[in-house]
Amino acid sequence: MDFGLIAQYLANGILLGTMYALVAVGFTLFFGVLDVIKFSHGDVLMLGTFIGFTAWLGLEAVGVTNPWLQLAGVLLCSLAGTALIGAAIANWLILPLKRAPQLNTLLITLMLGTAIREAVRLFYPNGSNPKAFPALLPDASVEIGSFALRADSVILVVSGLALIGALNLVINRTRLGLAIRAVAQDEETARTMGINYTLVVLATFAIGSGVAAFAGIMNGLYYNEINFGMGLILGLIGFSAAIVGGLGNLYGAILGGFLFAGLQVVGSALLPFASAYKDVFAFAVVIALMAWKPTGLIPERSSDRV
Amino acid sequence: MKFNTRKSLRAVVFSVGTSASLLAAVAAQAKDTVELGFIGPLTGGVSSMGLGGRNSAELAVQLRNADPNSKYHYELVALDDECKPNVGVQVATKLATDRKVVGTIAHYCSAVAMGTVDVYHRFGLPMTVWGAVLPDITYGNDYPEITRVNGTMINQNEKAASVMTGLGYKTFAIIHDTTDYGKGHNTYLTQFLTEGGASVVGAFGVTADQQDFTAELTQVKALNPDVVVYAGLTPGGVRVRQQMEKLGIEAVFEGVSGIKSDAFFEGLGGELAEGTMTFLEGAPAEKLPGGAYFLKEYEAAGFDSPPEAYGPFAFAAMDLLIDAVEASGPDRKAIVEYMGGVKEHASITGPITFDDHGQNTVALITAYVAQDGKWVVWEDSEYASGARKLVAPK
Repeated sequence: MDFGLIAQYLANGILLGTMYALVAVGFTLFFGVLDVIKFSHGDVLMLGTFIGFTAWLGLEAVGVTNPWLQLAGVLLCSLAGTALIGAAIANWLILPLKRAPQLNTLLITLMLGTAIREAVRLFYPNGSNPKAFPALLPDASVEIGSFALRADSVILVVSGLALIGALNLVINRTRLGLAIRAVAQDEETARTMGINYTLVVLATFAIGSGVAAFAGIMNGLYYNEINFGMGLILGLIGFSAAIVGGLGNLYGAILGGFLFAGLQVVGSALLPFASAYKDVFAFAVVIALMAWKPTGLIPERSSDRV
Repeated sequence: MKFNTRKSLRAVVFSVGTSASLLAAVAAQAKDTVELGFIGPLTGGVSSMGLGGRNSAELAVQLRNADPNSKYHYELVALDDECKPNVGVQVATKLATDRKVVGTIAHYCSAVAMGTVDVYHRFGLPMTVWGAVLPDITYGNDYPEITRVNGTMINQNEKAASVMTGLGYKTFAIIHDTTDYGKGHNTYLTQFLTEGGASVVGAFGVTADQQDFTAELTQVKALNPDVVVYAGLTPGGVRVRQQMEKLGIEAVFEGVSGIKSDAFFEGLGGELAEGTMTFLEGAPAEKLPGGAYFLKEYEAAGFDSPPEAYGPFAFAAMDLLIDAVEASGPDRKAIVEYMGGVKEHASITGPITFDDHGQNTVALITAYVAQDGKWVVWEDSEYASGARKLVAPK
């Protein structure tokens, strides 16, 4: 296998990995703060992408054609809208169930996800058909041997990684991050120290959902196509990535995302059987990893939680 | 007096008018209503095909209802199989267990038809396929209930292989979905290409709703084939073509009948679609024997979506089913028997003759190329005349 081919696989894997990591980060944030698993995460992501797509249609309609302006508008609407939706879900569906068994939260978000998905399918104009998402990034490419490096892929990966980096800074270096970590560690003590618990939870859900919307827009820009079912598999992969990396740990989610992408690429590139089995292979390895390390590759330190 | 005459005259005209309309109403009521089914993908990625088929079937029903010589009043029961086998079996069962429905035309997606043929057979409901092309739908069973007006993928791939090798292309990479439809195309295309002296350098099975093809396409790029074939439906075709561009693969993109839709251009935009080859049974609607008539009536009916590639077949299938009801009455058994003897039956797609498996023996296949955001018959295209060039063989 020549260099160009390996580089191409690597580039594909990094792009997918960034996308998965962004989704996994949301799962891990929610679990860290509230100990809940929000199964509607993937569908919220899809909703965010459709908000961005609608914003683009609106911008086209009013005559804004500069791609960078359009991109800014799309990102702004999508991220802000999805953050609000995330906070709303936390406020009206998840916080009220805090004293109920965790299974109820899991079920209610699972059902919410289905409701969101079906609502977009039925009520978005022509929602059951795939939509052609615009290519807003420059599509110049550099050929290095047999390897085509495209400007848009580079921009997507760099901005995705930058967002993860920024999120890391927010969690570890800001007062909000301190509050989030405090709540994650011990809710009661955090409250007695004067931290506004509800606000911190809402902020966490807003951040996690906004990051997912970014992953959705990234997905749209990369594949130039979005559809109502896109959140399902992305959500599942993000969830698996968060679990295998160690639920509740930010680095674990990132590691899990890249690991899953790597497995998919290996599954389709190196293994002898049909590439249709790449997801089977990736999920099988994830199952094996979970059997080996039930708390994830980078487990949440238990002292964090007691 | 004069005034009175006019008044009575008006009364006479009025009463004549009333009784005439009453009579017409009685006549309409005198006709028994017969329910006929239509099943196709009305939502989902290939819904444009399903809606085109449904509209065409609806048109056949409307035209017959407008005909004063018809013995029955027809009503169309249109159901959505979403191009999913499990949903298809549900709606087929729903239709087949409804005793008011005497016959149906069904299915654009082969994988769905493969799942439902047993249902129609079990309930004895005559079903004519209007779009699905997998040979096994008719040839894989001995069910007299199952017939098909369109050709199969065997004919389609034979033509595809001969056209492409005739243009000098030697090496092919095939990406196919792992449904019966994609696998069937892969099998037959590989067979005919090999027989024609070309070689298939790689074949990749992918899931039907797969989003990311970069891993497969990276391998394809390394194999450097003349032609990349996608054997599947429009959404997958759009994604593969888009991602070929992202990886900088220089090759002709060839699809199968499943991508020949206007939605292909909607999803892709004209520029990337340009030069895509595909093949389809029959001929473009306007070139069919009854094509001009069909298109004129379709236009006049004011449907909000185009008939798409298989609309004429759906129309022909529904028209044939109605002919069967007219000839042998609204009875499932009688219709099945009628279908068994269909020979040189006139239709807008040309004469229909069913062989002993209920398969129409048309072998007419047309090659198309994407030119300026439209599917153009290969022979009429600027690519065939030499004004434009496909990616040259390596």
